Amino acid sequence: MILIALIVIPALTALAVMFARDARQTKSLSAVGMSIQLILSFYLLYIFLKERAFGNTEPVLFGKRFEWYPGLNINFDIGVDGISVAMILLTSIVIFTGIFASWEVKEQFREFFASLIILATGVFGFFISLDLFVMFLFFELAVIPMYLLIGIWGSGKKEYSAMKLTLMLMAGSALLVVGILGIYFHSDVNGTHSFNILELANQNFSIEMQRIFFPITFIGFGVIGALFPFHTWSPDGHSSAPTAVSMLHAGVLMKLGGYGCLKVAIALMPEAAHELSWIFLILTSISVIYGALGVIAQSDLKYINAYSSVSHCGLVLFAVLMLNETAANGAVLQMISHGLMTALFFALIGMLYSRTHTRIVHEMGGLMKVLPFLSVCYVIAGLASLGLPGLSGFVAEMTIFVGAFQHPDMFHRVITIVAISSIVVTAVYILRVVGSLLMGPIKNEAYQHLEPAKWHEKLATVTLIVAIVIIGIAPLWLSDMIMESLGAILD
Amino acid sequence: MSYVILIIALPFAAFVINGLLSGKIPHRFAGWLATGAIGVAAVLAWLTAYSYFFQSTSFEKIIPFQITWLSFTETLQIDMGILLDPISVMMLVVITTVSLMVFLYSLGYMQGEKGFVRYYAFLSLFSFSMLGLVVATNLFQLYMFWELVGVSSDLLIGYYYDKPEAVAAAKKAFIVTRFADFGFLVGILLLSYYTGTFDFAAITDPNHTAFTTMTGSLFLGLSVLTWALMLIFMGGAGKSAMFPLHIWLPDAMEGPTPVSALIHAATMVVAGVFLVARMFPVFSFHAPEALDAVAFIGVFTLLFAAIIACTQTDIKRILAFSTMSQIGYMMLALGVSDYGDQGLGFTASMFHLFTHAFFKALLFLGAGSIIHAIHSNDIREMGNLRKHQPVTHIVFLIACLAIAGIPPFAGFFSKDEILAATLNSSPVYFAIATFTAGLTAFYMFRLYFLVFWNRETVYEYKPHESSFIMLVPMIVLAVGSAVAGFIPFGKFVSSDSQPLHIEMNQTVAILSIVVAATGILIAWALYKKESPLSEKIASTLNGLYRVALKKFYIDELYVFITKKIIFNLISKPIAWFDRHVIDALMDFTATATNKVSAEIKGLQSGQLQHYAYIFLSGVVLIVLIMIFNYT
Amino acid sequence: MMEHVPISHVLIVTSAMFFIGVYGFLTRRNLVTMLIGVELMLNAVNINFVIFDRYLYPDQISGHFFALFIIAIAAAEAAVAIAIFINLYRNIRSIDVEEVDKMKY
Repeated sequence: MILIALIVIPALTALAVMFARDARQTKSLSAVGMSIQLILSFYLLYIFLKERAFGNTEPVLFGKRFEWYPGLNINFDIGVDGISVAMILLTSIVIFTGIFASWEVKEQFREFFASLIILATGVFGFFISLDLFVMFLFFELAVIPMYLLIGIWGSGKKEYSAMKLTLMLMAGSALLVVGILGIYFHSDVNGTHSFNILELANQNFSIEMQRIFFPITFIGFGVIGALFPFHTWSPDGHSSAPTAVSMLHAGVLMKLGGYGCLKVAIALMPEAAHELSWIFLILTSISVIYGALGVIAQSDLKYINAYSSVSHCGLVLFAVLMLNETAANGAVLQMISHGLMTALFFALIGMLYSRTHTRIVHEMGGLMKVLPFLSVCYVIAGLASLGLPGLSGFVAEMTIFVGAFQHPDMFHRVITIVAISSIVVTAVYILRVVGSLLMGPIKNEAYQHLEPAKWHEKLATVTLIVAIVIIGIAPLWLSDMIMESLGAILD
Repeated sequence: MSYVILIIALPFAAFVINGLLSGKIPHRFAGWLATGAIGVAAVLAWLTAYSYFFQSTSFEKIIPFQITWLSFTETLQIDMGILLDPISVMMLVVITTVSLMVFLYSLGYMQGEKGFVRYYAFLSLFSFSMLGLVVATNLFQLYMFWELVGVSSDLLIGYYYDKPEAVAAAKKAFIVTRFADFGFLVGILLLSYYTGTFDFAAITDPNHTAFTTMTGSLFLGLSVLTWALMLIFMGGAGKSAMFPLHIWLPDAMEGPTPVSALIHAATMVVAGVFLVARMFPVFSFHAPEALDAVAFIGVFTLLFAAIIACTQTDIKRILAFSTMSQIGYMMLALGVSDYGDQGLGFTASMFHLFTHAFFKALLFLGAGSIIHAIHSNDIREMGNLRKHQPVTHIVFLIACLAIAGIPPFAGFFSKDEILAATLNSSPVYFAIATFTAGLTAFYMFRLYFLVFWNRETVYEYKPHESSFIMLVPMIVLAVGSAVAGFIPFGKFVSSDSQPLHIEMNQTVAILSIVVAATGILIAWALYKKESPLSEKIASTLNGLYRVALKKFYIDELYVFITKKIIFNLISKPIAWFDRHVIDALMDFTATATNKVSAEIKGLQSGQLQHYAYIFLSGVVLIVLIMIFNYT
Repeated sequence: MMEHVPISHVLIVTSAMFFIGVYGFLTRRNLVTMLIGVELMLNAVNINFVIFDRYLYPDQISGHFFALFIIAIAAAEAAVAIAIFINLYRNIRSIDVEEVDKMKY
């Protein structure tokens, strides 16, 4: 029941928002809806952990099945495992803070908030569905509003970016359809084909079939996970998107890629994954290093963050491809950690931009003096990004590196070392940005009178920071929860 | 012993309170809160040391507290715990004591600074991380606190964040140590891959079965274990500013002086030494090559830094290079040491770490007192300060004598042990180390004479003696520097936790005193009074002098690598490549689609009858095909 | 009486009608004339339906129904078409098909 509520509440909120009287009502409606969603996610976490504590070891909990199109054996199958619960938590935190970060949207506010929440609905639906068809449906539901959100409320060359982003993601979706149908038509569950992940997991697909459909599915999900060389929508898309959309996109939507790669591509076609992982490992380690090195030469804050997301999300796919539980655990942790901190980054960039009206790093300087609160938050985000112990980034990265290094194959260990070297580059670009953005003398006299952070901005940033710190200081419960579910996926 | 956790928790609590309430609580309260916390921690640390060393006869490893923090696999997990053994207890005492002194001193030194609360928050964070580092029960916990130490040091170096030099120094310090930590991390991973654990108890067990596999498999002529340990040492070398990863330390002097005293002299920079000491059994039993590397880097750095120190004119930079040189001594001692009965070097190294913490912290605090009084770091602007700052003068002199190795001050005993240990193993290293001891005496007394004697300088403001709150810590540390040498260190700290009987090597002792005295005399002759002699010597040694003054151009080399190579030759091309090749490829598919559709859109003429013609021809065609196929 | 007329004769007539309709549709520029062409084609088809029904399945009446159906639709279609023409004429003062090419691209 709670899972249904997780998609019904945002859908209802979006609907209600459309009929709101004025901006004030729109915002309070969205805020209330997303707060309920946040509480509900925590409740889900609570009952999930309780079930597990009572010894319920089913791979998927709270499962429900509604027949939808029996002719093709498409069912509305929902259920969650530890990974989904973690991702749902992430999503509800990010959308909650996203609402507050877009508090000052003035034009067409009803449509803005409604699209934003519909996007979130799609993401929630994606994470709870167990049926590939339904999963894909929700995936598309999450991608489409993105076009409108960037195209209408964006900045800069927004039409170009929106079009590019949507087209590239659609190309990925097209591959995905092929992959999903390939899996469907090769499956045989009691004489019929099936879309159900749990049923498909028991199928032994022939290696020939896997060799064709594993790369297709992986790349299909990889496009949205910013797999090199299909990552170029990310810098343009993020730089044009409004704040909350960047937050949601980098924070959550890019995670659909990693999640899909893990739970669909690798879980269903493990043999081909073992056989072909080296190709994708090379691509992802290129993402990791190349993204990080690419950041150093950027000067627009959003581009900086977009490229660093390429690097960090590359690490997610990299870890997933290591095909062992520790690394995969690290991948999920990294998705959550990166989701939180990149949302924080984009929120802060939006807040700074609304004050200074520029995103070029070297045009700003000394902001620590005038905007102490936001600057401290930025420093914390930066430290999380470069993997300071005590913040979530460290936990995720170390789990990935330790896991990846446990691989008995020499190639994997060497490539892990290559990926580890990104932590040095990350430090370079983070410190470079923090140094010239926040430290030093104030560059522009007009900055003396910038407005200090408002309550809704503080709420958004503090929520994210608290989440980052909690994961950073006490990661064991989360890591254990994820680990339990991984056994079923990577056996 | 469960109160040990308080030693670590108290500074952390002070950090959290000061950090969250920064700007809402009065300066005085914040300062005294942090100082009180570290004070209690210091008392507890001394109590721990007392009960550890005096109430039990054998120095076993004790783990009074341990929880699982994160588990990677069934066996591989990160614990958070407290490990007490002779070196960690010693480090607890050193860190809390020096911290307490610096916290007290800062109450006076930082008075009226705008970010006073922030300063104490960071300082508490540092103490917390450093304490967590030394009591780590496993390699990964150590690594975590290692990073935290690095970042708190970085935050404190960049304390004056509106000064571009401070920001640049903080950045440099962080990036250089980060680069070293990359090696450290890879080393940890390599080690844990074979041993399957991070635990010190298991790793430092020389009989661990995994080591035979690791020494068995070779890579580029050295065993995997040696590589792993060298990589771990790389982390240590970065933090301890060993050549060639030392470049951040002189620049780190941009931070407030008490910070330099605590972090960049007494505690954090010796973390590398501590790390090697912690891993010593493995080094000693299974990877003597790695230990040779430690000794080599140590001896090179100690000479290299001492030469540079002779030419510098910034009081804090001289002290920074002297710190590097002294840490070089500690590394050298570890590098030449053996395990067990022959472990003189190990004990000597730890002993020097202990005494060095006192006199080097004192030197920095003294320098701070001077800088506070005359608002300049440049020793060319100083002179005859003994008249204005009598107390500072006396304590500074004590510290100089201690570092120069004049008995009965602390430095003499520890340095003497190091020299004796070196003599047992390598005469060449011994010669270099002894020569550098003279050099040390020379540059320290050059500093001393230039600052406190030399010419009468006219100051803009009349220098004044520092306030009581600043003098007390200096006096305490001076007492420590004077008497710490009499501690029978071998009885407590040794490589195998068995008491080590150490006899003073008379020849070495006399030789080192003579060398040190010579160094002091030369400095006295050259710098006691204003004389042109030093200039002359500098100009005769023109080439060497210049190169040393420019710190052997290592900084320029780094700038060249980072700015020219990484930024211009790697990063920019990548950014360009991404925009103009990868992205252009994506755009190309879009434009190609557009072009094609533009070309074929002429078919849609809008003329109804054209469509009808085409439709009809289509129908006719299909019909014809059907007819011909049918027949 | 119908039995005496061979089916081929009727088919010749309907084919002629159909192609006259096609010819008219393709060559006339006046939209009303083109509509007449379309009606001719429809009626040719109608006759075909009826005649095939009569000759092939004399005991069924589906062909007739088709014919009736088409007549009804043709009437509706003619009404819509004429309405469009009138509107078109009001707008551009012409019902020449070559001038109506606004729908291209």
